[in-house]
Amino acid sequence: MASTTAPVSATRAVLRTEARLFAREPAALFWVMVSPTVLLVILGLVPSMREASPDLGGRRVIDLYVPVAVLFALIMAGLQAMPPVLAGYRERGILRRMSATPVRPAALLTAQLVLHAGAALVSALLVIVVGRAAFGVALPGNLLGYAAALLLATGGALALGAAVCALSRTQKVATAVGTAVFFPTMFTAGVWVPVQAMPDTLRRIVEFAPYGAASRALDEAARGGWPSAVAVAVMVFWAVVLTAVAVRRFRWE
Amino acid sequence: MIEVRDLRKAYGERKAVDGVSFSVDEGEIFGILGPNGAGKTTTVECVAGLRTADSGVVRVAGLDPVAEHDRVTRLLGVQLQQSELQAKLTVGEALELYASFYERPADRHALAARLGLEAHLGVRFGKLSGGQKQRLFIALALIGDPRAVVLDELTTGLDPRARRDTWDLVESIRADGVTVLLVTHVMEEAQRLCDRIAVIDRGRVTALDTPAGLIGRTATARVISFAADSPLETAELRALPGAADVVARDGRTVVTGTDATVDAFVSLLARRAVTARGLRITDTTLDDAYLDLTS
Repeated sequence: MASTTAPVSATRAVLRTEARLFAREPAALFWVMVSPTVLLVILGLVPSMREASPDLGGRRVIDLYVPVAVLFALIMAGLQAMPPVLAGYRERGILRRMSATPVRPAALLTAQLVLHAGAALVSALLVIVVGRAAFGVALPGNLLGYAAALLLATGGALALGAAVCALSRTQKVATAVGTAVFFPTMFTAGVWVPVQAMPDTLRRIVEFAPYGAASRALDEAARGGWPSAVAVAVMVFWAVVLTAVAVRRFRWE
Repeated sequence: MIEVRDLRKAYGERKAVDGVSFSVDEGEIFGILGPNGAGKTTTVECVAGLRTADSGVVRVAGLDPVAEHDRVTRLLGVQLQQSELQAKLTVGEALELYASFYERPADRHALAARLGLEAHLGVRFGKLSGGQKQRLFIALALIGDPRAVVLDELTTGLDPRARRDTWDLVESIRADGVTVLLVTHVMEEAQRLCDRIAVIDRGRVTALDTPAGLIGRTATARVISFAADSPLETAELRALPGAADVVARDGRTVVTGTDATVDAFVSLLARRAVTARGLRITDTTLDDAYLDLTS
């Protein structure tokens, strides 16, 4: 009698297949992996962005935009690229077809989460390297703190995307909801005005949003400290709530 | 091999399946025939363990497809209606991926060759024709080397040529000893392929028999026809035992009825010493039998 678990190689095969498919989506690859760096470069080419500002404690606007571009990569991966893929897999019966095999369709969703997380992190690394090489933006002062904040932010970003997908019945709705949520997240991530450059009251409110808290945590680690407990608590809170929503509300068909 | 007993499944108020029972023997091609919305797909989804029945018993090789889903997926290959693959996945990659799900998969190169897919291994799913997609789905249903397969509306949307090729394929699957549960609403397909057929209408089994048996049990199983100028009166034809109807069509007189009608008709010719010119006695089609059984 066959054993009751699928071969471990099946999970790897699903991941490898999804990675191939991911590589065949040039638009998604561009938006997730390249566009954050392009955003940084365009802003960096504006001379005033590279001038130290007393309002920012002697830092330059471009210094603040490196974490912003990092968060932009997370938004693109979690909110723009991933939800339509997951919703499409559900809508077109791809998850259902896999339900009739010894491999659970959750393997497909896991592969998508891993790939989008990986793409976002590579993109973040590219932003940091280009920021350092092209505009002399200092590397994060507390690398460990920065990495921890980045991983936590990535988890929250994917949880948000998964929750959008879970709450949307169709691929069209998932894309529409993703876009509707996109603008507030862009704002709270500081894409238009970096969170650190916002008026104090606005900044304090924004820092309770998932991307606002992530922005604060990354900024604190970039300056050499540890992410503050409040920022970490807010990020953990959102990651847990959004994951719970995604898990409880996700429908397989 | 597959047993379904008093299966019931409702979606809200609507009873999709309302007490369906049948059993499929090993090595059999068993057809589920019925109009759209009759409950065919829900029934086979319960067999595949993709839906949980409200009540009743479903067994595949003695296993519960829901509680023992993992083990059933290793024995039962499935081709589902309205289920696709990733658009940019190639045929070769799909076969490789699905083969990796099973401990002892079928040889995927041999399978691709048998299904006429070797020339399309590098083609993406989204670029395949309807017939090629169906052949790929059959290949994926067979790739785990299953003991039974469920094929749901296999030939829908195929041209006549592809349809016939697919039928040959189903027969060759059975020749390998695989039990086939075939869902269809195409009469010709059921008549050609199935050893036995369950006719399902409004969630119930209205008849379960061989194709010939289904035809034989209708009130209009036999069709007698001959040239209209033969010296036989409509009234005496109507009086034949079991005669269901007498009509004139295309210059011929057509009498429908049972075996008893045919016997009595032959006696009538002998007694009257007349000839019915151009006489033809045929079985009714499964089409007519089906309409009779589902109306």
